[in-house]
Amino acid sequence: MRVWKFGNSINTDLITPGRYNITTDKRELAKVAFIEHRPEFAREVKKGDFIVAGRNFGCGSSRETAVTALLECGIAAIIAPSFARIFYRNAINNGLLLVTVDEAFIAGVEETHQLALRESGVVNLTTGASAPAGVSPMLLALQKHGGLLSFLKTHKIEELERVQQ
Amino acid sequence: MAGMTLSQKILSAHAGRKLAIGDTAVISVDYVLAHDTTTAWAIEPFHEIATKVFDPSKIFIFFDHAFPAPSTQFAEMHAKIRRFCSEQGIKMHFDGVCHQLMAEKFTYPNTFLLGADSHTPTGGAMGAMCCGFGSTDAAVAMATGKAWVKVPETIRINLEGKLPFGVYPKDVILGIARDLSSEGANYKVVEFGGSAIADFDVPSRLTLCNMCAEIGAKTGIVPADAQTRAYLESQGRYQPFEELRSDPDAHFEQVLTIDISKFEPTVSTPPDIDRGVPIAEVEGTPITQVFLGSCTNCRLEDLAVAYKIMKGKKVKEGVKFIVTPASRQVYEQALVNGFLMEFSKMGATIAPPGCGACLGRHMGVLGDDDVCISTSNRNFTGRMGSPKAKIYLASPAVAAASALEGKIADPRKYLK
Repeated sequence: MRVWKFGNSINTDLITPGRYNITTDKRELAKVAFIEHRPEFAREVKKGDFIVAGRNFGCGSSRETAVTALLECGIAAIIAPSFARIFYRNAINNGLLLVTVDEAFIAGVEETHQLALRESGVVNLTTGASAPAGVSPMLLALQKHGGLLSFLKTHKIEELERVQQ
Repeated sequence: MAGMTLSQKILSAHAGRKLAIGDTAVISVDYVLAHDTTTAWAIEPFHEIATKVFDPSKIFIFFDHAFPAPSTQFAEMHAKIRRFCSEQGIKMHFDGVCHQLMAEKFTYPNTFLLGADSHTPTGGAMGAMCCGFGSTDAAVAMATGKAWVKVPETIRINLEGKLPFGVYPKDVILGIARDLSSEGANYKVVEFGGSAIADFDVPSRLTLCNMCAEIGAKTGIVPADAQTRAYLESQGRYQPFEELRSDPDAHFEQVLTIDISKFEPTVSTPPDIDRGVPIAEVEGTPITQVFLGSCTNCRLEDLAVAYKIMKGKKVKEGVKFIVTPASRQVYEQALVNGFLMEFSKMGATIAPPGCGACLGRHMGVLGDDDVCISTSNRNFTGRMGSPKAKIYLASPAVAAASALEGKIADPRKYLK
């Protein structure tokens, strides 16, 4: 497990740039993740890695490929102070774990650190720092079902109103 | 329960029950929009859960992001989408940018539009709730006619005063983006009000609401009024509508009052939308390309402003000036009234209606050394091509003045 650290307002053009974003093949999309912004990312990323980022991660275009590519790369969770709206929704629907923590915790994380997600929140195993974590109840509920599409194979959409309880 | 906001009322009507802010609800949608990239990603998810769409007449598929196809890869994607539309009996639209076409032809006040494109909030100019979603949501909406939503908080922005000479709605929204930041309205609705909004026609409101996407908003919305009626009448499709408003005791997360008479021509500097500065700070920056296009600013009104500034003059030698009308209707109007002939004589390259150069697919892709001033909505690194290129965002007036000088220029001197 390693940490990939990014700054504020990482937009979806940086995650899956428009010029490469022309395939519906998930494996091809995984290969273009951060292709210009961080060229080594797609080559070196491993299942279970974390992305730790600044505010407003995923802003910009509605392209769901940004979520698809990071899921396919095996990213275990994205940890940031805030996420952009459509990216957040796409992550909820696809079961990509997004975790909100305060900026002070993020500031203390370096790429060489080891992190762990616990019931109580996020822990930096290297420094000993920890912070409470926020996760959308809808995300947790849909993740249990394997995402929105899987949920809808066995449930009516109206049941989403109650699924978070 | 306190009074309700406009968006709370629209969502409640679509849920069939009274919703509170923060509620999660499943609502029915009036229109589902997707285009020639987001549809491609919606087809497989759709087939996972359904065989037939809920109602083909409520689904709108636009070929605009890469039309006509710039590569064989896109031609194949288009073919896949055409097959899907044919199988499902969905009408395809080839007449320009999806958001412009929805406003011209389809969207009515108080409706809910689910669009698989981030600039769907553009349609909030019609007094409708128009929100951007991903392809999975579009697939679910095509299958069921429904979507899950969380009822958002609202930021009310009251615009007061008159626009100064040479200052346009684009300058106002670039200024608002600078002040609120690119996540200032995250998850929230931006509802426009105040005495100045009555003077903003629907094309101006389309520009305002379009860029609410860039401050993170779920949508921008302008309550439907006499301007909405006038626009619908001009499009030959007026039907009486209820002038829904937020209640006087509705809960707003913030109320901002902005005096638009204090605005100046504003330029958003690369690489983020909220880096707007008064034009004086960037005046004289050399440019290689001018893009007058996109869902933000390439309606007839925008072409008229640019024409007024450029009339009788030539584009600076060496500058690529690309004019991409937002829709077939705009294109045809500009053919008939002579704008396109005049722009062509000035040295412009006229591109067919569509998204064109905005997203770096074709018809104006930037190379490493390019510096572009664009009337579109995003100046992200690599947005229009090379990650080394620089993109400045501005009004059509600033774009036109800059085309004449080959550097970022203040349009006011050409308007006297």
